[in-house]
Amino acid sequence: MSTEQQIQVSPSRRNGQRQFFRLNEIIAEQTGANRSLIAILQAVQEEYRYLPEEVLTYIATALDLSPATVFGVATFFAQFSLEPKGHYLVTICDGTACHVKRSMSVYDAICRKYDLTEGRLTTPDMLFTLETVACVGACGLAPVMIINGKTYGQISPEAAVAIVDKLANREEKEE
Amino acid sequence: MSGTITIDQKQLPINGEDNLLELIRKASVDLPAFCYHFELSDFGACRMCIVEEEKMGFIASCSTPPADGMVIRTTTPRLQRMRRTILELLLADHDRDCTICERSGQCRLQELTLRFGIDNIRFGKDIEALPRDELSASLVRDPNKCVLCGNCVRNCSEIQGIGVLDFAYRGARVRVMPAFGKSLAEVECVGCGQCIQACPTAALTIKFEIDSVWAALSDPHKRVIVQTAPAVRVALGEEFAGKAGAISTGKMVAALRRLGFHEVYDTCFAADLTAMEETAEFLHRFEKGENLPQFTSCCPAWVKYAEHFHSELLDQLSTCRSPHQMLGALLKKFYAREQGLSPQDIFVVSVMPCTAKKFEAKRPEFTTEGSPDVDAVISTHELARMIREMGIVFEELEDDSYDLPFGFASGAGTIFGYSGGVSTAVIRTAIYKLSGKRPAVDFAFTPVEGFPNVNETIVPVGDGAIRIATVHTLGAAKKLIAALRTGELSYHLVEVMACPGGCISGGGQPLISDAQARHERAQGMRGADKLQQIRAPQDNLFIKEVYQRWLEQPGSDVAHRTLHTGYTSRRRVFGQFIPVVAAERPVVDIKVCVGTSCHLRGSYGVIQELAALIEKQQLTDRVNLEATFCLEQCDRGPSVVIDGHLLEGVSEERLPAIFEEMVVKNLV
Repeated sequence: MSTEQQIQVSPSRRNGQRQFFRLNEIIAEQTGANRSLIAILQAVQEEYRYLPEEVLTYIATALDLSPATVFGVATFFAQFSLEPKGHYLVTICDGTACHVKRSMSVYDAICRKYDLTEGRLTTPDMLFTLETVACVGACGLAPVMIINGKTYGQISPEAAVAIVDKLANREEKEE
Repeated sequence: MSGTITIDQKQLPINGEDNLLELIRKASVDLPAFCYHFELSDFGACRMCIVEEEKMGFIASCSTPPADGMVIRTTTPRLQRMRRTILELLLADHDRDCTICERSGQCRLQELTLRFGIDNIRFGKDIEALPRDELSASLVRDPNKCVLCGNCVRNCSEIQGIGVLDFAYRGARVRVMPAFGKSLAEVECVGCGQCIQACPTAALTIKFEIDSVWAALSDPHKRVIVQTAPAVRVALGEEFAGKAGAISTGKMVAALRRLGFHEVYDTCFAADLTAMEETAEFLHRFEKGENLPQFTSCCPAWVKYAEHFHSELLDQLSTCRSPHQMLGALLKKFYAREQGLSPQDIFVVSVMPCTAKKFEAKRPEFTTEGSPDVDAVISTHELARMIREMGIVFEELEDDSYDLPFGFASGAGTIFGYSGGVSTAVIRTAIYKLSGKRPAVDFAFTPVEGFPNVNETIVPVGDGAIRIATVHTLGAAKKLIAALRTGELSYHLVEVMACPGGCISGGGQPLISDAQARHERAQGMRGADKLQQIRAPQDNLFIKEVYQRWLEQPGSDVAHRTLHTGYTSRRRVFGQFIPVVAAERPVVDIKVCVGTSCHLRGSYGVIQELAALIEKQQLTDRVNLEATFCLEQCDRGPSVVIDGHLLEGVSEERLPAIFEEMVVKNLV
């Protein structure tokens, strides 16, 4: 097995059991008349950081829905991802305010530095995933970048790349 | 709702119609629509049926209930413009290679394009060609021909209760597809082909096997034998402008001879044989009170459905192969030898109303000395295609009759093609067998209240009675099975057919646009039964002969080996597992099934317990624990596999002992 593959499976190695038990808790919380597929998918994505196929099938089984229907709901909403995401989720806001403040140049700078392209927005070592979002409601701070819940306001392309670099270096040292 | 409504300046009374579209069509206006289907829920997706109402403005007539005093216009310049735009938009992304399209001439999109005189599409094509799914044995799915009407989606979930297909993604990227974009061959599709019948275009079509049949017909070393199913004779004529339900057996046999088939047999003969075997099996179970109710097994879509969803019922399924497989087995096993041929020298073709039979014929268990018992299954529609390709003028053919000995059937064999037929055949055989008298009358089936598509009859025998139910469509079967489980309903024999009304409206039949054709085909079948002087399979001399020569008696060992089969559980979606405890250096590998039935039987508890045991013994770095989807042992779950050893019915109480024995000992 190459190093790259090892890194890819490592998050589930550490968390498989807890995640799977949590998945069952989430489903159990939502059963009954008011069970809501979207709420389950949101909570499960929080746990797994994306929606693996087999987990979607498991949810369908538990809720007596067809897997095709669950897949349909999961692919309809942009908030759900069926691809594994990196350890750090780098979100660039591209709402109107951020856009006019040139948020896409921030996005492009990170793409260039980490060799990311449309359709391949996660680094091969699974450390970063880059994505855009249409307005996080922090227009006063435009342009805005969010990394794993932490918000960086009035960010320049250079500053954004520097922050991502710093996180990458820290991970390297820890390893 | 009552009252009157004005449609194009004409007054019409409201007579309980659910929606405006129904009422407008009664006013002799053929309003266009893709997503409106006579037996599915209203959807309102395609917007072709928009009309203008005086106060409400533009409304989709299919999803608006009629109200007193409405003033409707069905054609105005603005409506025309809107409909044309919708069509243009649909056509913009459509694979418009009509000349080589299977549905050309029967395509709703093509028909409406012509009707609205669209000769120019203003919009450019925005989407690259998507791959066709040709892996299924029964059907082909071509997303490039899809108009997103959702008829297949609703048919599969509303009528069949399965939901193989659904909409996925959003906006311009919306597609209809199976879960995770997998092939139909990799998911729980039973191959009934009802989605083909519901599709207005060629997005879902029959998987053709014509080429292999032409090849066999031109091979001088093959003896090509054909058999035709009961329901083909009442529908084939429709392909040649004949009336629905008209019996065209004679012309069909003549056409098959002209095509070059060496011997032409009737699957109804094999249906007689099925009735004999199935009755013997049923009476045995009935006397012993075992594995009841017995479910029929003639419908391959139902069999596959049961394998996917009701592994607990597999012991209750009749072990009888479906009629055409029985005849295939006779031909390859006994007839070939008598003729001095090997099974490979004979090429058996089944002409079926069905697409699920295509999958059935490819089951590995249905082979003789490595040769498939049935080499090719072609649908009614494919046979019509072959007849046309050869230039045979069907209407002008002189009637011909089947060959003997496998071409003669009793009335009982003839009626296998519609819901209630198999049960009637079994009743006739059973009464004959129990009383020694020829059955004089048929028992009337009465609808079961609260259970659509379910009918029942009670046959008095001796001091007791045999309770029989028939059900058609798998959605209705699902409901019936639930009621059997709770004890709300109780039967000794349950006949299941996957298609509405039975094989007469199978996925391989000519397309129909209303329930009337279905009714007429069933009527045709009943007529064919009445035309036979011999109504019960026991009276069929050639059936007697087959038992004398080869099979001894119904239910004998040799009959079992030749005519019966077994079933296996099938998973819903291929190839998935969830890691629970992932060891760095795994030594022992444990998989716990979390497929539907194991999940219901408490496999999650098993996982929790195993995880706890692994933790307690501090083996987390040496034992791999995975939740896996379906080990295909659903009837005996929860299933656990430890280092390749399958354990069934694992309860939490048994786990510590199993763990000690199979895991801890191996590690010490």
